[in-house]
Amino acid sequence: MTDSQKDSWLVRPSSIRLMWIIFIVILALTVGAQFFVKIKGYFGIDAWFGFGAAYGFLACLAMVIVAKLLGFVLKRSEQYYDAGDDDV
Amino acid sequence: MFEGLSPALILVASALLTGLLKNRLRDGLVLLAPLLTLWAIWQVPDGVVATVGFLDYQIEPVEGSALRRLFATIFAIMAFAGGLYAFRQAKWYELAAAQAYAAGAIGVCFAGDLITLFIYWEMMALFSTIIVWCGGTAGAKAAGVRYAIMHLLGGIILKVGIEGVVVHTGSIQIQPMLASNFDTWMILIGILINAAAPPVSAWLADAYPESSPTGSVFLSAFTTKTAVLALILLFPGEPVLIWVGLYMVMYGIIYALLENDARRILAYSIVNQVGFMVCAVGIGTQMAINGAAAHAFAHIIYKALLFMSAGVVIYRTGKSKCTDLGGLFRTMPVTTICGIIGALAISGFPLTSGFVTKTMTSQAAINESLAVVYFLLAAASAGVFLHAGIKFPWFVFFQKDSGMRPKDAPWNMAAAMVLLSAICIFIGVFPASFYELLPYPVEYQAYTTAKVLFYLQLLLFSGLAFFLLLPLMKRTETVSLDTDWLWRVLLFGWAKRTYNVASLVGAKIDSSVKSSLNRLQSRAQSYFDPSAENQRKDSKYFFSKAQPIGQTALWIAVLLTGYVLAYYL
Repeated sequence: MTDSQKDSWLVRPSSIRLMWIIFIVILALTVGAQFFVKIKGYFGIDAWFGFGAAYGFLACLAMVIVAKLLGFVLKRSEQYYDAGDDDV
Repeated sequence: MFEGLSPALILVASALLTGLLKNRLRDGLVLLAPLLTLWAIWQVPDGVVATVGFLDYQIEPVEGSALRRLFATIFAIMAFAGGLYAFRQAKWYELAAAQAYAAGAIGVCFAGDLITLFIYWEMMALFSTIIVWCGGTAGAKAAGVRYAIMHLLGGIILKVGIEGVVVHTGSIQIQPMLASNFDTWMILIGILINAAAPPVSAWLADAYPESSPTGSVFLSAFTTKTAVLALILLFPGEPVLIWVGLYMVMYGIIYALLENDARRILAYSIVNQVGFMVCAVGIGTQMAINGAAAHAFAHIIYKALLFMSAGVVIYRTGKSKCTDLGGLFRTMPVTTICGIIGALAISGFPLTSGFVTKTMTSQAAINESLAVVYFLLAAASAGVFLHAGIKFPWFVFFQKDSGMRPKDAPWNMAAAMVLLSAICIFIGVFPASFYELLPYPVEYQAYTTAKVLFYLQLLLFSGLAFFLLLPLMKRTETVSLDTDWLWRVLLFGWAKRTYNVASLVGAKIDSSVKSSLNRLQSRAQSYFDPSAENQRKDSKYFFSKAQPIGQTALWIAVLLTGYVLAYYL
């Protein structure tokens, strides 16, 4: 965008970079906080250091990939159901 | 004097009056009737309030309990908030249908017996179909028909089950049962169809997004959550529900990730959220039932809020596809902020209603040592943030600049969204006052440092995953096949082919019958010719020719002789 100064603060490249930095700092803090707050966990594995972070990230990765793969089988054009509707 | 009357009847009356009144009076009615209903709901004491003789049965139209009042309360709140959101934009018949629909849901809440439950159940099916049709498009008409077929079918299955239970046990009481025989399975299946359980989950995402921007707000609230209430009342602790619920949770996430239409994303996430509740009912402990009820309450609020913000966008821009939207935050700050609050609440962010209700179900799984259930629910919480928490607001309000600069919400729509946003945050910040409404005493601490930290990690890293994986989630202008393909395409194709073959055979039979009749007729005509001229000229028409009288007399004599001979032989 040429007049990026005029557009909203939220979409300027400089502020997007700033938001990424803040986001990464917050991410690091939530994991780092485990040095001070003990998550005792209920089933052993969930007491590991950074388990919530890793589990959240990997679960999302898995779901996105499964969705992507299923998409190859399940996705059809938007007119798919309209084609045969008006015959009978 | 009103003890025997269900609070639902207030909304029935106001639904009837909505069509008769005009302008300010109608507006006042749409807003006041739900509040009056809310008051009436809290006048219902525990236990069976009234019985009425009907045929040979003792009907119990009103039975109170904390659980029933909780669900009725949220339905009345939704009737009010939905009315506030819709009263200046929606057609009067949509408002009337919405009130009757809410009345059906509230009627189910207080139904003391299976017959009353069934009547209100069908009332919901009827009026929700009308709301789908109020979408007004050809797509809405077709989707409404499919929706009606599905719900009438579900109603019949439920009815078969109820009849079976009544015949075999002689009781029409609503009481906990297990799916152990044909009758109870039928009841369970009938209820699960309304909960959008597999294999028919597709009806929800098929019908709701076809309704009007205001209609989907009402639709999102009632049908699936009355099904959850019915499951709590009839099938608490039914183990099969745990797995049905987990399937719904995952199904909702995957399909929402594939979806391009903003309201369809929200519709899939209803299935996902109801999955949490169904799973909790399956666990069945007091903690789990509290979790299911609390989550239903919180879910209705934030899901309606999300549908409201999507509805404003559609109302202002006429577009609902992620590929057409984006960058709307510039001119729609109220809608954006309310949409984000709804999105955070559905994701179960700390300080929102989702956090204090969803974690109860997880806690119930922990208490029963159901490790697999617990971890799947945790993964699903991450997935909810992915598909509804970020995906919905990101693609609608941010993403790219679509170039559109629509106005923000009209004042009444904005007021409804602000009201629901406030409830989302209030419940999240002061859970104790909300927990008092739950059916069982709550000994649960929602906010412990460790738990907040765990969920912050889980959710924020899901957020990281979303932005890193954005290239994989590029929106495409597609629909996703579902099990309803079996009847919408396969079965319909067979039916059409059968119809074509039958009409072909029918045409063949028709033409061959016609040609043989023709042949018979021309043959007959060769003996009897109708026209008098031919009679004289042509001798071929034997029966129409004039015959000499003597010849006729001779033939009569011969025949009579033959007859006499035959008589004596």
